[in-house]
Amino acid sequence: MSNGTAAMQEGALALKPGYAAAGTVEPRELHAQVDAGAEPHHDTASTIQLGFWLYLMSDCLLFAGLFATYAVLHGHTAGGPTARQLFDLPYTLTETMFLLVSSFTCGLATLAMNADRKQATLGWLAVTFVLGLGFVSMEVHEFAHMVAIGATASRSAFLSCFFTLVGTHGLHVTCGLIFMAVMMVAVAKKGLTPTNRGRLNCLMLFWHFLDIIWVGVFSLVYLSGVVH
Amino acid sequence: MNVANEALGGHGPHAHHDGGPHGHGGAHAPTYKQYITGFVLAIVLTIIPFALVIDHVMTDVLVVIAVCAAMQMVVHVVYFLHLNRSQEQQWNRMALIYVLIMIFIVIGGSLWIMYSLDSRMMPGMMHYHVWK
Repeated sequence: MSNGTAAMQEGALALKPGYAAAGTVEPRELHAQVDAGAEPHHDTASTIQLGFWLYLMSDCLLFAGLFATYAVLHGHTAGGPTARQLFDLPYTLTETMFLLVSSFTCGLATLAMNADRKQATLGWLAVTFVLGLGFVSMEVHEFAHMVAIGATASRSAFLSCFFTLVGTHGLHVTCGLIFMAVMMVAVAKKGLTPTNRGRLNCLMLFWHFLDIIWVGVFSLVYLSGVVH
Repeated sequence: MNVANEALGGHGPHAHHDGGPHGHGGAHAPTYKQYITGFVLAIVLTIIPFALVIDHVMTDVLVVIAVCAAMQMVVHVVYFLHLNRSQEQQWNRMALIYVLIMIFIVIGGSLWIMYSLDSRMMPGMMHYHVWK
């Protein structure tokens, strides 16, 4: 019995140096692991950001094509309603303000995220979502009104490219809203993990980018359309 | 901490901090000041063209609309997308420059060709009601 315990103690003692040895190695290994983990992660995050940026740039080209088409065809009304008859500028200004303020609150969500404030991030994302939803609702309402008075996409070349350009932008905003809803659930469930932060950064880029496209839309389509 | 540092350091093109293993934020941790500046500028650059067109202050406002739009796009890119002159964003800038050239070619080229085509057609055929 005592022999057994002695053997066990011996065994434990025999093991100890091994643990001790492992203990001395461990911090170095751990450190190496952290370094190895942090650096590629940082690289991956910035690579993802760059990749998303390249996607945004290619999206710019898509919109450039639509803008070019609109710029060429905006006068081809085929006897149908013209831009001046259709567009209500105060309405468009309200729409624009919805999107602009949502871009700002999206920025506030970024700041809250960087400050590690989960609830504030979720709150600002919710405000951004509501404002974005307001924008899309106003646009859908405007489209419905135009269709109701006969100004459909098939009425004239002007209206075809109007609905394509503005509709594509609206579709992007809708996708952004879905992206945002998904991210709100993800942050609420898992918190501000590195993965969620990376995705949120992409979402922020996307949302600000949509506002830039909208600047082109309201300038070229609405303002220039009414001036002409 | 990033935010506080940045707030103290301002938001100039050299305010970025590269290296350092922050898992998030990267080299362009934004500040309140940046967003508020961008927001105010964007509002002003939106109100100006809308006010001019709604109130019919000027007869030819197209130039003002175009200038305000271009300025507002720059404001968005600098203050909201945080594109700066840091080494880390070199490829972002390259991609943007490439896209700007492509946009110029696509939009400028389309307008040039199509309006030239219009003006070369017989007078009378330029009017769009022929498509009715």
